[in-house]
Amino acid sequence: MRYEAPKTLEAAVALLSGTKSEARVLAGGTDLLIQMRAGRVEPEILVDIKGIPELTSIVAENGGFRFGAAVTCMELAEHEAFARAWPGVTDGVNLIGSIQVKGRATVGGNLCNASPAADGVPAMIAAGAAVSIMGPNGRREARVEDIATGPGKTSLARGEILTSFLLPRRAPHSGDAYLRFTPRTEMDIAVVGAGVNLTLDEKGVCSQARVCLGAVAARAMLVPEAAAALIGTKVDPTALKCLAAAASAACRPIDDKRGTKEFRIKVAGVMARRAAEIALERARRAN
Amino acid sequence: MARHRVTATVNGDPVEFLCETQQTLLDVLRDELRLTGTKEGCGTGDCGACSVTVDGRLMCSCLILGVEAEGKSIQTIEGMAGGKDLHPLQRKFLEHAALQCGICTPGILIAARSLLERNPDPTEEEVRYGLAGNLCRCTGYHKIVEAVLDAARELRGS
Repeated sequence: MRYEAPKTLEAAVALLSGTKSEARVLAGGTDLLIQMRAGRVEPEILVDIKGIPELTSIVAENGGFRFGAAVTCMELAEHEAFARAWPGVTDGVNLIGSIQVKGRATVGGNLCNASPAADGVPAMIAAGAAVSIMGPNGRREARVEDIATGPGKTSLARGEILTSFLLPRRAPHSGDAYLRFTPRTEMDIAVVGAGVNLTLDEKGVCSQARVCLGAVAARAMLVPEAAAALIGTKVDPTALKCLAAAASAACRPIDDKRGTKEFRIKVAGVMARRAAEIALERARRAN
Repeated sequence: MARHRVTATVNGDPVEFLCETQQTLLDVLRDELRLTGTKEGCGTGDCGACSVTVDGRLMCSCLILGVEAEGKSIQTIEGMAGGKDLHPLQRKFLEHAALQCGICTPGILIAARSLLERNPDPTEEEVRYGLAGNLCRCTGYHKIVEAVLDAARELRGS
């Protein structure tokens, strides 16, 4: 097994696309090293992308934020200006593993590992985040919701690297939140996750909303019907009840050791409602 | 198999080692550098027994490749005491009997030091959350938390 730590994106793409056998991107390694150890993946070459400056920086862009795919969860969570603008995205990355794991695990890795239960993903989708991808045929842009296609599977083509996330400029009176259900408070995998992002107008009426659920389908899932239940309302109890019903109705979960279908469907509505309540509070406090 | 020549700093001392790609930093510390204070528990980043700091960040050494340590500064349990003087956390763990079999202890001490460096006056809840990535299967956590809080008091000089 070869290990390469290229200093440029072009060199990393060339390494990934230049091998006939299995090549893997190594970022935080918190999923990959375990998969290698278990014999589930046997890469011929590991391409460590952490030496590429573009992939490890957090910068302001067009009033929003662009951060590299290899930024660690801890680095993003500790970024105060980012956390003020996107507290829900910060909630999500803060729930990934222990302090030890967050110090290594990257936001891009959380997306590209393509677990349906990834805590970093639903709030990012609710936020309307975009990603930049570099590959043998150049650069392209995509939406976060279009990256995972199913458990462990992504839409990235051979040789392509997810390079950065772009979180858009925040409208006034906006707030977001992410909540998950787990039997334990720490070190657990989401049974259900819910990310809600909303914007209020001057009168306190919800003008925009996005709702995304995790762990209730083969990948994190936008629920436009749940967002529609909030838009045009003051996010009052009736609207929240409609949101919860729409969230539950959209679920297509599996039964597994962490939760039954029935349980996940019910809890998805509860988590979406509670996340919306937190997002509402944050939007009211935001300028 | 190609071996990598890696130069790093461990507990303040420059070190150089050879490792294979698949060897983790934990493997290197234990098998190449003979620093066996860092323990392997689960090998999957769940238990925290292999906790070290890399450039000041708390991490599981089982989730890092040895070759990734190039140019990094690593702190392990072996660097915690100042010669014969135990670190206050180590002393408080003994005073509070905050260990039984001891396998989790080096990782917990490293994690606790990292916690107190960032938050010198943590609440009990903050200590419990701060150590959530470190599992102990013997004692339960009460004495560990007490020892960390007591050490924090001493380190603050109060």
